[in-house]
Amino acid sequence: MAVATGNSFASRFGVHIAVLIFVAIWTIPTLGILVSSLRDKDQIIASGWWNSFSSSTQTEAGRLPAASMQVEKDGKFVLQGNIFGNSPVRNISAFGVKSAAPTQYPAGTSADLGDGVTLQLNADGSFIMQSPKAFEGDRGQRVYYASSAPPKFTTDNYKTVLFSEGIGRSFMNSLTVTIPATVIPILIAAFAAYALAWMRFPGRALLIAVIIGLLVVPLQMSLIPLLKLYNGVGAFFGMPSKTYLGIWLAHTGFGLPFAIYLLRSYIAGLPREIMESARIDGASDFEIFVKIVLPLSFPVLASFAIFQFLWVWNDLLVAMVFLGTEADQIVLTAKLNALLGSRGGDWEILTTSAFVTIIVPLIVFFSLQRYFVRGLLAGSVKGG
Amino acid sequence: MAAQIFSAIFVIIVGVGGCVAYFWGANKLVDLIFPSRGVAGAAAIDNLRRQGLVRPWLFVGPAMIILTIYLIYPVVETLRLSFLDRGGINFVGLANYEWAFGDREFRNSILNNIVWLAVVPAACTFLGLIIAVLTDKIWWGTVAKSLIFLPLAISFVGASVIWKFIYEYRGEGQTQIGLLNAIIQHFGGQPQVWISLPFWNNFFLMVILIWIQTGFAMVILSSALRGIPEETLEAAVIDGANPFQIFWKIMVPQIWGTIAVVWTTITILVLKVFDIVLTMTNGQWNSQVLANLMFDWMFRGGGDFGRGATIAIIIMIAVIPIMVWNIRQANKETGGH
Repeated sequence: MAVATGNSFASRFGVHIAVLIFVAIWTIPTLGILVSSLRDKDQIIASGWWNSFSSSTQTEAGRLPAASMQVEKDGKFVLQGNIFGNSPVRNISAFGVKSAAPTQYPAGTSADLGDGVTLQLNADGSFIMQSPKAFEGDRGQRVYYASSAPPKFTTDNYKTVLFSEGIGRSFMNSLTVTIPATVIPILIAAFAAYALAWMRFPGRALLIAVIIGLLVVPLQMSLIPLLKLYNGVGAFFGMPSKTYLGIWLAHTGFGLPFAIYLLRSYIAGLPREIMESARIDGASDFEIFVKIVLPLSFPVLASFAIFQFLWVWNDLLVAMVFLGTEADQIVLTAKLNALLGSRGGDWEILTTSAFVTIIVPLIVFFSLQRYFVRGLLAGSVKGG
Repeated sequence: MAAQIFSAIFVIIVGVGGCVAYFWGANKLVDLIFPSRGVAGAAAIDNLRRQGLVRPWLFVGPAMIILTIYLIYPVVETLRLSFLDRGGINFVGLANYEWAFGDREFRNSILNNIVWLAVVPAACTFLGLIIAVLTDKIWWGTVAKSLIFLPLAISFVGASVIWKFIYEYRGEGQTQIGLLNAIIQHFGGQPQVWISLPFWNNFFLMVILIWIQTGFAMVILSSALRGIPEETLEAAVIDGANPFQIFWKIMVPQIWGTIAVVWTTITILVLKVFDIVLTMTNGQWNSQVLANLMFDWMFRGGGDFGRGATIAIIIMIAVIPIMVWNIRQANKETGGH
């Protein structure tokens, strides 16, 4: 690809811009939840996350004190104080007394409310309301104001979701499901892959064809029979049917076709001379496998492990069918799905939980991308 | 929780240890029963032959047992269940299939699945190809590819939350916190509840899968593009071909095989798409797809296994052509050497 097609400055510039746009579209959505998860929860709903580094302006409503707080001064009845009370002071830019015009008057000006009543609300929240007649009623005047708060970033959302929303526990559950379900298939698949690549036996071609066929069998085909089987086995032994053991085995089963396929195509490509010289030296198949094939296959084993890890960690369907929804079994993806239902509009919870669920795959992905790409290429290009 | 962690560690040890013990032990056993060392020549050769007969099955045995239980038996059983009633006891003939094709929701799912199949694989392949070509020309292409590839590591549920946040709707005149509506409002448009817009909501869900899978298409196609012989491109340049001609007439034809692989891989994924629909709309507002409908019937009203199995079979039927093609290709390859 060293041949530059179109060498003009404009076209090269265009390529940079085009790629930049693509990169922006592909990264901005994820950036959105990362930034939001670190924002103060009141600010998340007050302004878009792309504005999170500038002060957020929000329109709020407050109430002045009741008439009982008034003092008489120079023949006028006066109410004085600070609208923020004891809460932290924000910067008020404008205020109003009608909900239809909440920002009618700039802060610091005196608003004429009719009948000689005036109200002045300053930027720091202090107000003074004056009237020629005594104020009445035990409910004070409603005041609307636009206040701006400086950008506020916090890790509180993470504390909340990890410890009180149950995400921390689900994180452990996900690890519990994922690690055994990644490790167990490797050896089983590696032995089968070696036999299918280097041993001669009747039915070998058929077995390979079956495995390639199974590669594309939709998971949906397995769910109902396995659910019935698990219920039956559970009832027979008087045990619950939703167990970690059940899901470990299920993920092992669903991952095996790809594992065998990927490993076989790699192991079949190992140089024949090595195998043959070992055989002449009197090594058995078992010894060849353990001493030669396994060490040489490390890259492809790593590729498969990453695939399986990501697939199991990100899986929702298998977890929803084979695990319960109680705190001791619910995995991150299922928990996130449940939160979408129960905490629909609470974006501080949702964005933070989402980020917790994707952080592990992202780390795995970035640190081991080389193996991941290699597996992807081996698994699909030859799969044609 | 401590018990849970302990049991997970225990399983890893027992699982891996068990595998090692099985393979090592079975191998030893074969050596003991059919000794090839320390016996007379003819007997040794005989025993070696017997070992050669037995050993492959010891190696593939565990994998075959697991595959049979978790994939082969279920395929047969699902087919059988699709002819039985909801509890899987009485034979009902084709009643489930008749129900399916008369059911409004099912027909809606089929239609939606067809739209997904028409749009997503094409969009991913096309975008992946364009990005692969463009990133090959610039010095920071690797970084760009890495970033576009990144969503592939994100779960469908996580991606759904990410995009739901982008589609978030607030009433007109309010501050929009969803990026899409904010942009629309900024340019004077009307904010919309994107995921409940009839028909078009499907496309907003598809965007999520396209966002995830384009990186996959890009990586595979990029490596195929690198395999194109330089000479063909140089010759085209010398002959005065413009970049578009080079792309469509020289590059694309040489990577057709890879394009087909990417296309079919994503097609299979689309047929199984479940998480995105479940988390975004759960099939409401006419956005149902087969995989989510199937899941729904597995548990709806205590579960209707007959109907669930029928829907699974329909998905399977759609996959079969690809499966046959895959097996043929693989046979061609292994037949070659």
